[in-house]
Amino acid sequence: MMNALHRKLLRDLVRLWPQALAIAFVLAAGAATLILGIGAYESLSETRAAYYERNRFADVFDDLTRAPKIVEDEIARIPGVASVETRIAKIALLDLPNVAEPASAMFVSIPDLHEQKLNLLYMRSGRLPLPGDEHEVVVSEPFAKANHFIIGSTFKAILNGRERTLRVVGTALSPEFIYSLGPYGLIPDDRRYGIVWMREKALAAAYDLTGAFSSVHVKLTRSASEAEVIERLDAILSRYGGLGAHGRRDQTSHAFLDAELSQLKAMSRILPPVFLLVAAFLVNMTLSRLILLEREHIGLLKALGYSGVAVGWHYLEFALAIAVVGILIGMAAGTWLGFGMTRLYAEFYHFPFLVFQTDPAIYVIAAGVTLAAAAVGAMRAVRDVVVLPPAVAMSPPAPAIYRRLLPEAFYAVLSIPQSLTMMVRHLMRWPLRTVSSVLGIALAVSVLVGSLWAFGSTEFMIDVTYNRSERQQATISFVRERPLSAYFDALSLPGVMAAEPYRSVPVRIYFGPFERRVSITGKPADANLSRVLGPGLKPVRLPESGIALSDALAKILHAKVGDLVEVELLERNRRRVQLPVTGIIEGYLGLNAYMALSALNGMMREGQIISGVHLLFDTDRQDALYRRLKTTPMANFIALQRATLQNFRQTLQENLLVMVSVYVTLGMIIAFGVVYNFARISLSEQGRELASLRVLGFHKSEVSAILLGELAILTIVAQPLGWAIGHFFAWAMVQGFDSELYRVPLVVERSVYAWASLIVFGSALISGLIVRRRIDRLDLIEVLKTRE
Amino acid sequence: MSQAMPAPTGQVFRTKDLTKVYVTGDIQVQALRGVNFEAAAGEFVVLLGPSGSGKSTFLNIIGGLDRATSGEVWFTDHELSSFDDRALTLYRRDHVGFVFQFYNLVPSLTARENVALVTEIAQNPMRPEEALAIVGLQERMDHFPAQLSGGEQQRVAIARAIAKRPQVLLCDEPTGALDSKTGVLVLEALTQVNEQFGATTLIITHNVAIQDIAHRVVHFGDGRIVSSNIIADRKPASAISW
Ligand SMILES: Nc1ncnc2c1ncn2[C@@H]1O[C@H](COP(=O)(O)OP(=O)(O)OP(=O)(O)O)[C@@H](O)[C@H]1O
Ligand SMILES: [Mg+2]
Repeated sequence: MMNALHRKLLRDLVRLWPQALAIAFVLAAGAATLILGIGAYESLSETRAAYYERNRFADVFDDLTRAPKIVEDEIARIPGVASVETRIAKIALLDLPNVAEPASAMFVSIPDLHEQKLNLLYMRSGRLPLPGDEHEVVVSEPFAKANHFIIGSTFKAILNGRERTLRVVGTALSPEFIYSLGPYGLIPDDRRYGIVWMREKALAAAYDLTGAFSSVHVKLTRSASEAEVIERLDAILSRYGGLGAHGRRDQTSHAFLDAELSQLKAMSRILPPVFLLVAAFLVNMTLSRLILLEREHIGLLKALGYSGVAVGWHYLEFALAIAVVGILIGMAAGTWLGFGMTRLYAEFYHFPFLVFQTDPAIYVIAAGVTLAAAAVGAMRAVRDVVVLPPAVAMSPPAPAIYRRLLPEAFYAVLSIPQSLTMMVRHLMRWPLRTVSSVLGIALAVSVLVGSLWAFGSTEFMIDVTYNRSERQQATISFVRERPLSAYFDALSLPGVMAAEPYRSVPVRIYFGPFERRVSITGKPADANLSRVLGPGLKPVRLPESGIALSDALAKILHAKVGDLVEVELLERNRRRVQLPVTGIIEGYLGLNAYMALSALNGMMREGQIISGVHLLFDTDRQDALYRRLKTTPMANFIALQRATLQNFRQTLQENLLVMVSVYVTLGMIIAFGVVYNFARISLSEQGRELASLRVLGFHKSEVSAILLGELAILTIVAQPLGWAIGHFFAWAMVQGFDSELYRVPLVVERSVYAWASLIVFGSALISGLIVRRRIDRLDLIEVLKTRE
Repeated sequence: MSQAMPAPTGQVFRTKDLTKVYVTGDIQVQALRGVNFEAAAGEFVVLLGPSGSGKSTFLNIIGGLDRATSGEVWFTDHELSSFDDRALTLYRRDHVGFVFQFYNLVPSLTARENVALVTEIAQNPMRPEEALAIVGLQERMDHFPAQLSGGEQQRVAIARAIAKRPQVLLCDEPTGALDSKTGVLVLEALTQVNEQFGATTLIITHNVAIQDIAHRVVHFGDGRIVSSNIIADRKPASAISW
């Protein structure tokens, strides 16, 4: 006999398949986003961890001016240090054959006599340079690809002021440069910035560092305290111009990956609950209606001797069967999307291999959560079935009680059309269903608002950063500090229309228990190219004295205007200076501190010294300028903000587009699912009335307008709510995206709301039109023959 | 059909060799086998006949709810059988009042609003209150259908049917679900409307007693009209019972 119930279950599912499928899709979206989000997050962090582990990525890093090799032994003796690698690392200009603009590379030494101990290269092609060879290099694979280098290609570099021709003998990847970003960069530009590995002896000779090193990496033992090792390392290296040891947190590549991973995590927290909530509403709506229609069957089954629980279980199974379909679709889609997304990330970051983490636990969790959502949705309806006495069930349900909302007089005065009255009363008759549908549509809107805002927001970030603040076309950073005369030299470069000097000084800033390693940027107080922004993102003059902190840094330090912070000068014997905070600077990129150039130089007890210049140049003469800059001995890196901007924007928008199209699809699934289910239920309740109206002489269009009108009311009412929830999602994502490297401004343009609403109206319309076809085919005569 | 009709003189309905075949899968049911029928303006006709003889099918076709398989249907000087869906809808809207066994009221609208539903789209309607007064329901205008008895609901349906001042009133077993006393009230309303507005009225019934209130009684049998008799001794609705 249980078999008969299962057959009924199957028939119900087949009969109600469009509704069941719509619900299954919403459930699937929940399961898929869960698997996708968590799966991609875990895959990427596992991949990174495995990469770090296999290639022995260091834990503590420091750069210094120059220390004799012998110091390495001293560092190795620090308790907690498992292994040490000392090396030479220098940024230098490149003159690439097929690149008009000046390019740069980070030159990193590899030991001549022994294997690398840390940050092992992952060779992709070719071999290592021969020990002692001065011309052979291994280059980073993305850089090689972007420049079409093959084994044997050559290019020129200016090492320590001397031009040299280098020959590519291999390509490699390194855990240290997963995200290889040059100074002043935001998005890797593989054509103009790469990593070049040379044998230590050759590189040391070029930089007069024979028997010495300029960079040290340390791997810790498991039980070591990072802070203690950093302290000991700092103490040793301060004599040698150490710039302050730091952990992975301040290692560029690692930090960017971290930021990306926490974004992924943030997203996987927001979406799945939305879908599961909506799905629960839908299950509830559909099941309640089904049960109402089947009261007599229920009564009959109970009269036949089925227990309340057995009959209730039958209806719960209906919900669970839908959930199982949803889970299967969701798992397939989630796995597929997860693979795709992980591959996308892996490509972007050039991971040498991919650990796609198909942790069965994720699937079990996704299945469990999805089933639970369906069960919760079914709960109320099923409980009604369990307690319904058979005698009551066998008699027809009490007629629906409709209520007037306003006194009769109002209707007469307002002359509201009866069709509108029908819509409103019907919506008010099942307030719970109406409210949950409105909420469901609102959530669809909010998913769209919560994703579409990102475009405008990044544009805003770009506008603020490059049109209001960093307005220069190029920035030359010098090999080492130079007197102010270098600024005048720059002014006389071909095509240069304006120049502005800056100085950059690495420091540690302390305030109370808080501490951060940053660079203080000194600018002319009346800087006009690279400006600082104050409240309302308006350009402000830098205070003549004291230090101005970016608001992100101020927040980390818990410092405000008027506080005295302590600055440790890392380059100058670790002298400590007290400075008042005289301003807070707005901006979205990095942790920054600023001082007036003269004040900074004064604090350094040095004359007019600068680290580089910002330039504005005539683009008509840029070829000449680039030709000069490519081989200038004074610079080691030249940022081209304007040229990079296009690249930056494109990469960012491409990445966003992938994400946003997934979200838009999901939002449409919700909108469609909610509206379609509502419409079908509504039609099943009102089909008879609507057919009667056709008999009375209403046109098809007038009759469908009543049902579509209800949908329109729901959809319209849902919009403001959806906008509000969407704004909240955007806010929550901004919190999730927040990192020390960059922050995302919460800018939700009006067009975002408009688009979100438009898309939701579109999907509502599609489901409305599908149901409309059923209204058009209503059988007029059938309804006249039967009692309700 | 939107322009005003000529004054109802002479024939309102005329059908010629009307047939209807229902096809469901392999099975064909011949519901009408050549019906020739005429009804004059203001005539009150009762249709009798055994179950399945095609009465409802006939009424639905001349009411513009269904289409004949062959033959002609004329309403005054318009051939309904040539109308498209839209024109049939307009015909129902402007000229036909329907009353059915199961009332078919909109449950979410009050009695008054149910009538207003039709008056809003009709060309020359009476006020809903007026129509409800004719059927004696002025006291219960603001009740929802669920708050009215069966007879009262049927009278609301009649009010809804007459409010547009239809030229024809088509009723399919209007008293089928009612007891004798309530049924008589409904019939009174129908005869009153017929007399007052001159609407050509066709009533299907299984109740032979009702034929006494008609001008003419038409007997259906096996998809054909088997007889058509003038009632010589017409009685008011109040004089009959069953
Ligand atoms: N939609 C339909 N599909 C198939 N056959 C139908 C359909 N409607 C009616 N019929 C058949 O057509 C014939 C005439 O039906 P109709 O409803 O007109 O009879 P009736 O005289 O009104 O009967 P009753 O007095 O029982 O209402 C019957 O045999 C019926 O089964
Ligand atoms: Mg019939």
